[in-house]
Amino acid sequence: MILDGKCPTGPIETSWDRHRFESKLVNPANKRKYKILCVGTGLAGGAAAASLGELGYKVDAFCYQDSARRAHSIAAQGGINAAKNYPNDGDSVYRLFYDTIKGGDFRAREADVWRLAQVSNNIIDQCVAQGVPFARDYAGYLDNRSFGGAQVSRTFYARGQTGQQLLLGAYSALSRQVKAGTVTLHERREMLDLVVVDGVARGITCRNMVTGEIESHWGDAVILATGGYVNVFYLSTNAMGCSVTAAWKAARKGAYMANPCYTQIHPTCIPQHGDQQSKLTLMSESLRNDGRCWVPKKEEDCEKPAGEIADEDRDYYLERKYPSFGNLAPRDIASRAAKEQCDDNRGVGPGKRGVYLDYASAIERVGEDTIRERYGNLFEMYEKITDENAYKQPMRIYPAPHYAMGGLWVDYNCMSNVPGLFVLGEANFSVHGANRLGASALMQGLADGYFVIPYTIANYLVTVKPGEVKDDHEAFKQSADAVKADIDKLLSINGTKTPSEFHRELGKIMWENVGMARSDASLKEALKLIPALREEFWKNVKVVGTNEQFNQELENAGRLADFFEFAEILAKDALNREESCGGHFRTEHQTDDGEAMRNDEDFCYVAAWEFKGVGVEPELHKEPLKFDNVKLAVRSYK
Amino acid sequence: MKLKLHVWRQNGPDDKGKLETIDAPNVSPDQSFLEMLDDVNQALAIEGKDVIAFDHDCREGICGMCSQVINGVPHGGQDRTTVCQLHMRKFKDGDEIFIEPWKARAFPVIKDLVVDRGGLEKIMQAGGYTSCHTGGVADGNALPIGKPIADYSMDAAECIGCGACVASCPNSSAMLYTSAKVAQLAVLPQGKVEAAQRVKAMTEAATENGFGNCSNHYECQASCPKGIDVKFISKLNREYMKALVK
Repeated sequence: MILDGKCPTGPIETSWDRHRFESKLVNPANKRKYKILCVGTGLAGGAAAASLGELGYKVDAFCYQDSARRAHSIAAQGGINAAKNYPNDGDSVYRLFYDTIKGGDFRAREADVWRLAQVSNNIIDQCVAQGVPFARDYAGYLDNRSFGGAQVSRTFYARGQTGQQLLLGAYSALSRQVKAGTVTLHERREMLDLVVVDGVARGITCRNMVTGEIESHWGDAVILATGGYVNVFYLSTNAMGCSVTAAWKAARKGAYMANPCYTQIHPTCIPQHGDQQSKLTLMSESLRNDGRCWVPKKEEDCEKPAGEIADEDRDYYLERKYPSFGNLAPRDIASRAAKEQCDDNRGVGPGKRGVYLDYASAIERVGEDTIRERYGNLFEMYEKITDENAYKQPMRIYPAPHYAMGGLWVDYNCMSNVPGLFVLGEANFSVHGANRLGASALMQGLADGYFVIPYTIANYLVTVKPGEVKDDHEAFKQSADAVKADIDKLLSINGTKTPSEFHRELGKIMWENVGMARSDASLKEALKLIPALREEFWKNVKVVGTNEQFNQELENAGRLADFFEFAEILAKDALNREESCGGHFRTEHQTDDGEAMRNDEDFCYVAAWEFKGVGVEPELHKEPLKFDNVKLAVRSYK
Repeated sequence: MKLKLHVWRQNGPDDKGKLETIDAPNVSPDQSFLEMLDDVNQALAIEGKDVIAFDHDCREGICGMCSQVINGVPHGGQDRTTVCQLHMRKFKDGDEIFIEPWKARAFPVIKDLVVDRGGLEKIMQAGGYTSCHTGGVADGNALPIGKPIADYSMDAAECIGCGACVASCPNSSAMLYTSAKVAQLAVLPQGKVEAAQRVKAMTEAATENGFGNCSNHYECQASCPKGIDVKFISKLNREYMKALVK
């Protein structure tokens, strides 16, 4: 089937304005009759729940943490992009749009990206009004910093905790609506099923993570803002609780999963210390503003302390390969370049899986105090984890799975192919194409939540009668019974391996075969190993405890079961996409000097996969991508 | 390293609870404290025993989920460090470590080391915001805010809402937590408008939800993983006095 994103046609500059005008409205007196479920309370979900509540809808919001404020958006460090052009350095909505399309390696929809660039400016205003303490200069004006993939300074920041501050802004708006009575919060709830009646999303089934009770919630629309899935690699920069579960449950009920192979490996993470590691820690990409990446030129120098390697014996590989962007090359390119150096046996640190990020020349240029002001908290964090002082010796960094550009397929209204199911933020696939630029995730989350969904959801709501299907419908009971049966099954296997052992094994398969570089052979290998491990899981997993208690082993096992099914689709998508683009690098498709080679002739489309059952071949639906405003070009940062 | 853990085990808010001694036989100094607990739980699970429940999520020291009292000190007593960022190299081979949940009347235990911090939510909902609507706000640069004020506001805004301040306070006071939000907004022009009603509503909510008063012990500041300063409590008190006469 050929999918239609229902994007507005005509001049792109006015596309969003025209769409807003043509969108339906819900009468203020009728809004309170509609109930909207919002799963996830990060930037996208929190902003959406707050804004919809403020409009007068009745909103029920759900999160698995004990507080809406703890969603993983909180961990974003570097900043948020906006086309304000405050520094007068040549930025514009068009340039942000262009940079995002190019950064995504021409695999995103033009109209969606234009809208994102356009509303980016409103986001900054909104956050300032909420009291988000963005960095300011001595005259009192908002400060900007540079970020990878752009040659203008358009990134707004709040020290190294931008995500935290933006999320706390959304959380405060949400708290205000809770007090106003428009939003009801359900914390420590995990969504375990989407309830679909006659092809329309009508509610969710979730587990109360304290009591184990299986709850049914009906809604006239369901919003998923449940983040990304890179914990499929086990070790990633995501929080421990991040999972594909909510999205995957929707996929099992018919929602298409789009471009799952587009995963972002972030270049600046702290290298792994050993086998017992539970997660990888990211350090903001903004570090590359002042830090210089290098490895020793000679293999025999790798064991030496960095200070003993003379400048002429160092290979500043990003500056060498990409003179015009240098250390600010986009993430996918910087990550692959680091891997190349390590594959060439010139890596440093344990297992030689690391490269240096060096501040010596920046400290010499601007002084240690300035560097401390800019990155102090990151240097502190680095020291806590590695016991090394990065003011005195270079940091060691290595790429780690960080973000999912792929996600549930949505149209221009952010509605999935299942009517009534909306998907926002990282959970959808829409704006980042095959690679996300730094400081754009926060922008997308808040754009979707504050400025897109409040307009577009009305187009759907006017087509349904409020409260037409409630939780007394038998579909809710069937869904709850199915969820209970799955839980009982997990608890009854009583095998010999814990969920975390299985998760590590799955992660290893994914990292080695479906990681930074993928080949026909490695993907076929993964597609053999994943189903085998999944079968073993369902025969041999050991989940202690019961359902009727606070049970983290059970939570982990459930999430892992979904990762197993999802991992296969991810690998299938990667196998299908016979080209290299953005974060998806197929070793068969590269230029002589190792750069990604796109195939616009055959793959300029969104791959949306329809789940047909476990072990059954999923069906591929395509949405062709059209570029009327930018010219498809080879992405060059040289 | 070999360690002996004394871990608080409690099956729900009505259970009496007790310390249980568990060995951690094979600890690497590069592990984080939570990774050490992961290993202990792995061993318990293999034996078919109930694992130790503990809250955690980002493991980067920012989400505020992790919440353990280690050897009597919330977050373990390393300067400006959450439990998840505490590393085992800070301990010695043969150490005995006591691990307990946040202890405060306002934080009932859910299981083992997991507590219910819903009271902190109620304080926020009482007034921890500016009442701006989505959209229809002024340009971000319309209102210049001096760098020292923006920095002060940011210092307060760094609170991660973990509740260590409450857990360390002999009165179980949430004053540092409350004051951080009050101060962050009170100094900014966009937050000043509602400053009086905010400080009254938030302090009232703290009392209603079982948190005690501040009697200047400053344990909160010492245990705060983000280094939130007690000067914000002074700020809250000043704002409160101003609000009373309004």
